[in-house]
Amino acid sequence: MATTIAGVEKEKLVGKRLRRREDPRLITGTATYVDDIHLEDMQYAAIVRSPHAAARILSIEIAAAQNSPGVIAVFTGKDTEKVGGVPCGASLPGLRVPHHNVLAVGRVYFVGHPVAVVVAKDRYMAQDAADLVEVNYEPLPAVADPEKALAPGAAPVHPEWPDNVAFTFHQDGGDVDKAFAEADVVVKQRITSQRLIPMAMETRGVVAEWHGADRQLNLYTSTQIPHLVRTLVATMLGLDENRVRVITPEVGGGFGSKLNVYAEEALMGWIAQKIQKPVKWIETRRENFLCTIHGRGHVDYYELAAKRDGTILGIKLKIIQDVGAYHQLLTPAIPTLSVLMMPGIYKTQNIRADIVGAFTNCMPTDAYRGAGRPEATHGIERMVDILADELQIDPAEIRLKNFVANDQFPFHTATGLMYDSGNYAAPLKKALDLVDYGKLRQEQADARKQGKWIGIGISTYGEICAIGPSPATPAGGWESATVKIEPSGKVTIMTGACPHGQGEETTFAQIAADELGISVDDVLVVRGDTSIVQYGIGTFGSRGTAIGGTAVYFALQDLKEKIKKFGAVLLESDDVTFSGGNVVCNKTGQSKSLPEVAASAYRAMKLPPNTEPGLVSTRFWEPPNFTFPFGTHIVVSEIDGQTGEVKIRRYVAVDDCGNRINPLIIDGQVHGGIAQGIGQALWEQAVYDDNGQLLSGELTDYAVPRAHMMPWIESEHTTTPSPVNPLGVKGVGEAGTIGCSPAVVNSVVDALSPLGVRHIDMPLTPEKIWHILSKGA
Amino acid sequence: MKITCTINGKTYSNDVETRLLLIHYLREVAQLTGSHVGCETSLCGACTVEVNGKAVKSCTMFAVQADGAKITTIEGLASNGTLHPLQEAFWNEHGLQCGFCTPGMIMASKQILERYPNPTEDEIRHGLAGNVCRCTGYQHIVNALKAAAAGARK
Ligand code: FES
Ligand code: FES
Repeated sequence: MATTIAGVEKEKLVGKRLRRREDPRLITGTATYVDDIHLEDMQYAAIVRSPHAAARILSIEIAAAQNSPGVIAVFTGKDTEKVGGVPCGASLPGLRVPHHNVLAVGRVYFVGHPVAVVVAKDRYMAQDAADLVEVNYEPLPAVADPEKALAPGAAPVHPEWPDNVAFTFHQDGGDVDKAFAEADVVVKQRITSQRLIPMAMETRGVVAEWHGADRQLNLYTSTQIPHLVRTLVATMLGLDENRVRVITPEVGGGFGSKLNVYAEEALMGWIAQKIQKPVKWIETRRENFLCTIHGRGHVDYYELAAKRDGTILGIKLKIIQDVGAYHQLLTPAIPTLSVLMMPGIYKTQNIRADIVGAFTNCMPTDAYRGAGRPEATHGIERMVDILADELQIDPAEIRLKNFVANDQFPFHTATGLMYDSGNYAAPLKKALDLVDYGKLRQEQADARKQGKWIGIGISTYGEICAIGPSPATPAGGWESATVKIEPSGKVTIMTGACPHGQGEETTFAQIAADELGISVDDVLVVRGDTSIVQYGIGTFGSRGTAIGGTAVYFALQDLKEKIKKFGAVLLESDDVTFSGGNVVCNKTGQSKSLPEVAASAYRAMKLPPNTEPGLVSTRFWEPPNFTFPFGTHIVVSEIDGQTGEVKIRRYVAVDDCGNRINPLIIDGQVHGGIAQGIGQALWEQAVYDDNGQLLSGELTDYAVPRAHMMPWIESEHTTTPSPVNPLGVKGVGEAGTIGCSPAVVNSVVDALSPLGVRHIDMPLTPEKIWHILSKGA
Repeated sequence: MKITCTINGKTYSNDVETRLLLIHYLREVAQLTGSHVGCETSLCGACTVEVNGKAVKSCTMFAVQADGAKITTIEGLASNGTLHPLQEAFWNEHGLQCGFCTPGMIMASKQILERYPNPTEDEIRHGLAGNVCRCTGYQHIVNALKAAAAGARK
């Protein structure tokens, strides 16, 4: 693709596998993460946390800590009682929201609950002193399992709500009773999506700095949502929002775990005011496991009604959501996303969903990569396989039969969504071709005869991305961009999104370079400082490019118009075109370059009619709809009959994320997403014992995928542009995770199907599989 | 206790507490913040540096144990503005996303290529087993090592 203007060929950059522009600082060790910030006279905070899941605090002795070397202050919940509660941003009718103090007052509700904070000259001294804080607890009965929490007689997490119900939610679509009455077959299954630990490589961290004379707080924090943190922390601390500056330096991964407002962010802001010195708190890995949100935590009861030919008539779903002890920012909203996504990409119009959110004495759950959609996709994709098994229909065929057809878009789902565009059979067919499905089934049959356990798993997923239209989100679902063309013609983009690995410093530059006909090297993308960037929402829900990129696009269109006007003045012509980086007079062929035009726009010797000087545009783009990427993942797995270990022999992913701006970055997103999906499918689980102690609370016990555990991923794509935004993009940050886990589990269930196995809950640890094999054999 | 060591060719002499971890010495005393702390318990590899020619997780060593040592950190890898071939390869192959694991990954990769100039995929993957990356799924990191090895053979 190329455009020819004034004899200059400009190659399109959108669609190119450009290496990233953010990388030089990252590969040379010169990037600045929160822990790399050093301020004059900065103090260190260490937090004393509850070792009990439920206990009354009888007393806290702080004298020894206060007298410890280097300590300048020790605070407990009594001191911070006036700080506003940790916010829950989501609302549901009848939602029960416990007040969430930044430091516990009177009672603790989960292991890791902050009880006191010690501030000292360096991090070693702070930790030494924290160990000297004596807290006397009266342990209380705890409950750590959501189903047990809802059973009669369970220990109440919050005494004011003895039934432990945090919320309920009901949704009906179509006529589900009729669908079930007319069904030839109904299949049922209890399916869990276990609690997971997001485990970003950079733990959370905060540096707070107070300028008393100006009543100005600077808060450096590792977050995905700097502006929302600013608004909410200002409220918690009773400060003017415009005098709180949130700076998000480099962020070492988030995956939803930093799409939040945490007690420590407000606490450090409060401490900085108290001690009149900057203060730093860096979460330890142990704290990260205990006190940064967890993901998933579902127990789902599915019923699927179908005709004998495999046509799905209706779906019933009851979700029990493990809430944890509190609501963090979006906790109650997450399972409602599962409900929206429950029909998958199938055309059934009859659904019924019920959610019960259960308080437990555990860390709250919230958004973790996919946030509600992996659970739903896992459920429906498992259920379709179970139905296929029941009816003895091939899993690929039953999917093809039930897909929303190409001529049904835009498609209104029973859950109230409107799928934007799709061609669901295309990635399935492509993936089947890639694995040579017919031959593969034959090889499987042969291998079985030799006593091998080979399985083929298919997952055809859809997802809700580009979250999302404002009415559907708790805090606004638009995104903002300011594009400034400087007097020299160089371009600065300030995005309200907050990329932290997704590569928008590159993809946004690609968009701008194409629109303006310039080089990516002339474009700088700035994000993550609320005193520089206009209000923004942030990076999560696969929204960065689809919404943030679109805001950039529209700001660029404004500027292109203005460039033409200034160019017309310079060329003394009313018939000009802007293309290839030049304004060209269509009559004379004379042209002015972007730097010349930009200089004239700021010099302002002669203004076009009704035009202000300068070349700056700010746009807040409100998307009219979500986008709906989709795809097919196929896994071929082999089980070691001796050990129960699952080995993935092939992983084929065909993803459709709409138009592709930088395929290299897309591949990276897909790989990383799949790694987290395989992690959930095979190894990862946040395990709390009955007393609410986190047993898998360290990297030794919590099995994140390492290089030698990952298969080679064969990644392919189809392209179905989204009509929702002019870029035609859909988003890809979560696709890998959402598509992955059912493909893996379906393959293992398929491998074990000769034993009559129909379902296994994740993670598919060797132990679990070994038990199944030993029982079956 | 007083220690003296060479970091990236520069001599450092400091009085340090005996319990100070090498990673904290590098980051806070020498102010070389390129090496990161991902766990402090020797499980993630983010703090990997080279001590006397060997890749070491610098959170498992005390600063006093590095007395007299020659240390290379990520900041010392490029020379005169020219990136090390591994840095170049990580960049070209998109071997990083958030970049937090990257300095440790690159330092560990350096040792892998010294041991296996022509590594198989398996050797690369097992060589990287001590380094966690939560972003990339490792595939592009594997590609980066292959590319760097191929470049070195040319
Ligand atoms: S910080 Fe040293 S291995 Fe994790
Ligand atoms: S690039 Fe983020 S942890 Fe590796």
